[in-house]
Amino acid sequence: MNDADDIVKEFLVESYENLDRLDRELLQLEKNPNDREILASVFRTIHTIKGTSGFLAFNQLGAVTHVGESLPGLLRDGQKALDRDITNALLAMVDTVRQILASIEATGGEGERNDDGLISRLTRLQGIPEAVGKMEAPREGKATAAAAGASEIGGAESSHSGAGRSESGNSMAANSKAGNTKSESSEVSSPRITLEEAKPSRTLSAPAVVAAQPTAPAAEAGDVQRVPQAAAGPSAADRTIRLDVGLLDQLMNLVGELVLARNQILQFANSTEESGLLVPSQRLDLITTELQEGVMKTRMQPIGNIWSKFPRTVRDLALGCGKQVRVEMEGQETELDKTLIEAIKDPLTHLVRNAVDHGIERPEVRQAAGKNPEGRLALRAFHEGGQVNIEISDDGAGLDQERIRNKAVQKGLISAEQAGRLTDREIVNLVFLPGFSTAEKVTNVSGRGVGMDVVKTYIEKIGGAVDLQSKPGEGVLVRMKIPLTLAIIPALIVTSAGERYAVPQVSLLELVRVEPGAERKGIEMIHGAPVYRLRGRLLPLVYLNRELQVGVERPGVKRCDTDNQAVNIVVLEADGRQFGLVVDEINDTEEIVVKPLSKHLKSISVYAGATIMGDGKVALILDVLGLAKGSRILAEGREHNQVGAAEAMAGVANGKQKLVLFTGPGGARMAVPLELLARLENIPGTQVERSGNQWVTQYRGQILPLIRVSHALEERRHLPPGDDVQLPTTAMLQVLVLEHERQSFGLVVDQILDIVESTLEPQSPATRAGVLHSSVIADRVTELLDVPALLRAGEQYEPVMGPIRSEES
Amino acid sequence: MNNARQFCTFYLDHLLFGVESQKIQEVVTYRELRPVPLAPPVVSGLMNLRGQVVVALELRRQLELPDRPAHLPPVCLVVHAAGGAVCLLADEVGNVVDVEDETFEPAPETLSRRLRSVILGVHKLEHELMHVLDTDEACEVH
Repeated sequence: MNDADDIVKEFLVESYENLDRLDRELLQLEKNPNDREILASVFRTIHTIKGTSGFLAFNQLGAVTHVGESLPGLLRDGQKALDRDITNALLAMVDTVRQILASIEATGGEGERNDDGLISRLTRLQGIPEAVGKMEAPREGKATAAAAGASEIGGAESSHSGAGRSESGNSMAANSKAGNTKSESSEVSSPRITLEEAKPSRTLSAPAVVAAQPTAPAAEAGDVQRVPQAAAGPSAADRTIRLDVGLLDQLMNLVGELVLARNQILQFANSTEESGLLVPSQRLDLITTELQEGVMKTRMQPIGNIWSKFPRTVRDLALGCGKQVRVEMEGQETELDKTLIEAIKDPLTHLVRNAVDHGIERPEVRQAAGKNPEGRLALRAFHEGGQVNIEISDDGAGLDQERIRNKAVQKGLISAEQAGRLTDREIVNLVFLPGFSTAEKVTNVSGRGVGMDVVKTYIEKIGGAVDLQSKPGEGVLVRMKIPLTLAIIPALIVTSAGERYAVPQVSLLELVRVEPGAERKGIEMIHGAPVYRLRGRLLPLVYLNRELQVGVERPGVKRCDTDNQAVNIVVLEADGRQFGLVVDEINDTEEIVVKPLSKHLKSISVYAGATIMGDGKVALILDVLGLAKGSRILAEGREHNQVGAAEAMAGVANGKQKLVLFTGPGGARMAVPLELLARLENIPGTQVERSGNQWVTQYRGQILPLIRVSHALEERRHLPPGDDVQLPTTAMLQVLVLEHERQSFGLVVDQILDIVESTLEPQSPATRAGVLHSSVIADRVTELLDVPALLRAGEQYEPVMGPIRSEES
Repeated sequence: MNNARQFCTFYLDHLLFGVESQKIQEVVTYRELRPVPLAPPVVSGLMNLRGQVVVALELRRQLELPDRPAHLPPVCLVVHAAGGAVCLLADEVGNVVDVEDETFEPAPETLSRRLRSVILGVHKLEHELMHVLDTDEACEVH
């Protein structure tokens, strides 16, 4: 009984794989209807399922596949031409077979089914199968004989039986008549054939399938065609084995343990005088590293595994909504960890469905817009910097920014005032906000609760990032960045309050050590918000001890913020923003095995997991993103960076905002959000040049447009003529290099004062253009500048000034 | 025999507690715990249990008992909980006892709602009362 169960299980696994392949092949066929190779393969696949189902007495399955296999045979011989009806019928058959298999898997039986409709549809489509079958037999037999290298054994005698091929093989190797010794026939022909043969030969014992004789030879004909190719080397089926994923997971865990033990031994070997231990421990190190890589590789899967389902999904969807969509794939072989593959499957499927359902227009609409009536959906994957990039793009209508804007306001996700200020790029990324869906009607594929916010959540959960770009009329590009693996990662070990923490190296930019004494003034504590001038750029600092609320009072433990200690700054990047993490000590980099935290600690956002160190002690892995959010380096909540910046400008963020204070014309106090600030620069007046009618300076290999606060805020017609043309004197200019919508520009101010953290309660409305509102900040009335408005004003007045992309973009 | 159950017992602030023995994975001596800053007070830290990182919960805090005096090293009861193994810290381990359902009484209404969710009731043993812990509840952090 157990044996039978095993056979059924194996049959199911194998058949599912075959069906997936069949889906793929049928779609390929639609493009190349005359590819005999594919036709033969399609036939063989259906035939294999039919054969085994007969053997296992799944009669319904046998009946469906029996009529199903004849069609490809006719197609291959040119008796019929492939058309949409045939493809649809064959795909419907694949679906039916899947349903039956699912029923077998769930209940052990086929269940009560009535597939007569499908069967008659398939029969109707094929016309006169008998005649074809007979015509084919002799030709097939000859081919077989040739392959077996025995030309005197004619095809005629083999044609009397469906198992003609194995018999001809056997009659050479041994004089046995029965077609059951598969191993012998394999010696004569090739391994490939043996594998294919194994199933058809079983059909002999199944009465249901004997009726299939006229078409059975065609399967072998397909095999024979493959011989030259297969003989060149073992086929994929021979070189691979099927493994239980649980075993791989177990192996991975064990390798994780081994890495830990290796770390321990290395630590010990380095500290001991015993030289005899050194060499073996180094060998152990090498072998462990290689083993780790090997095991990691076993878990790596090409992304094509999940993509392979998309052509079918897209085809069905496109047919359903009357569209024509072509799927293009690039980089299917890009590999990533199995767990990650599974994690991105649903979000990817959602994006693909979205693109077809909403993105790509109907053919007539496309034609009217001057596009190819056939839409294009492109999937692209590639490795870059230890990450996997996945792009999904379509050439559809793109996102309707007005509609998104209105929808977001209507749903109360942003205020109308904010909405007016968002850029196009920010607008399209609003679709990632929870509760957002522009689908006006619930269709078959959308509006079922899986929104873009879920996509974002999924991707972020595995340490990835997702971004969306769209040009109206030109389509949508969604780009994801996914880490390669999650199991073992390189990390920097740091100490804070006597305990070790691991910082994933992905987010690490550089390490800075500020020695006590002279260099000390690199760190400035302004109004409680510490910043460090890193190459002239202000880097907000986060003290790990304070964030974790540890160690500050502990006696004997080194404190990082005392004046006579060196300060260790770990420069990190989270979601595009940089910040410095101040720690007590920086220890080492190490490969660590990520262990998940129990659910009790999941809610603490600053930890990504735990690991076991070389000495057997547990260390916590810091979540850089969580740390940045917790310390308000990143605006809290889940809004995207740009949206966060927009909110900061609108002054509606609930919490405190970091602001750069400076004086403008007439000593008036002004502020811009720190988030927009890229750098503070002193630029000598001599380096300012004119380009058209605006000021520019050469800045880090780019041309940086300069906007003077004094001019930007005044009505231009009130300015004395010629004033704008005058170049500044040789005095140093204080410039805030601001970045907005990936454009950089320099704001020339009178004096930079301070960086403060303040709530932005608008206390009086703006009195002039370019100012959002006035507030009392640090006991002084301060105007908050409207940076986008300043930029727009600058652009209108100075049309020569193209937007300059910042080098980070 | 069908209504007999086996309990592992342990003490907390001189009170006898019991956990169904099949829920206990093992009892290990106390080892150094890795404190987790920002964690709820019930979480004492993380423990390396043969390569697995296991969270240790202080049962005294979970049961609103006074903290354990510093000179008393706790023992660790590793139990199977819904989300994997969890280590529960107790004062000391007692015997394994077999009890019949007849000696069980549910927790009195006078216990706080929170405690009544953790303490299912008591078994009236010959000399003392054994508090029966709901392991899954005891492993929850609220």
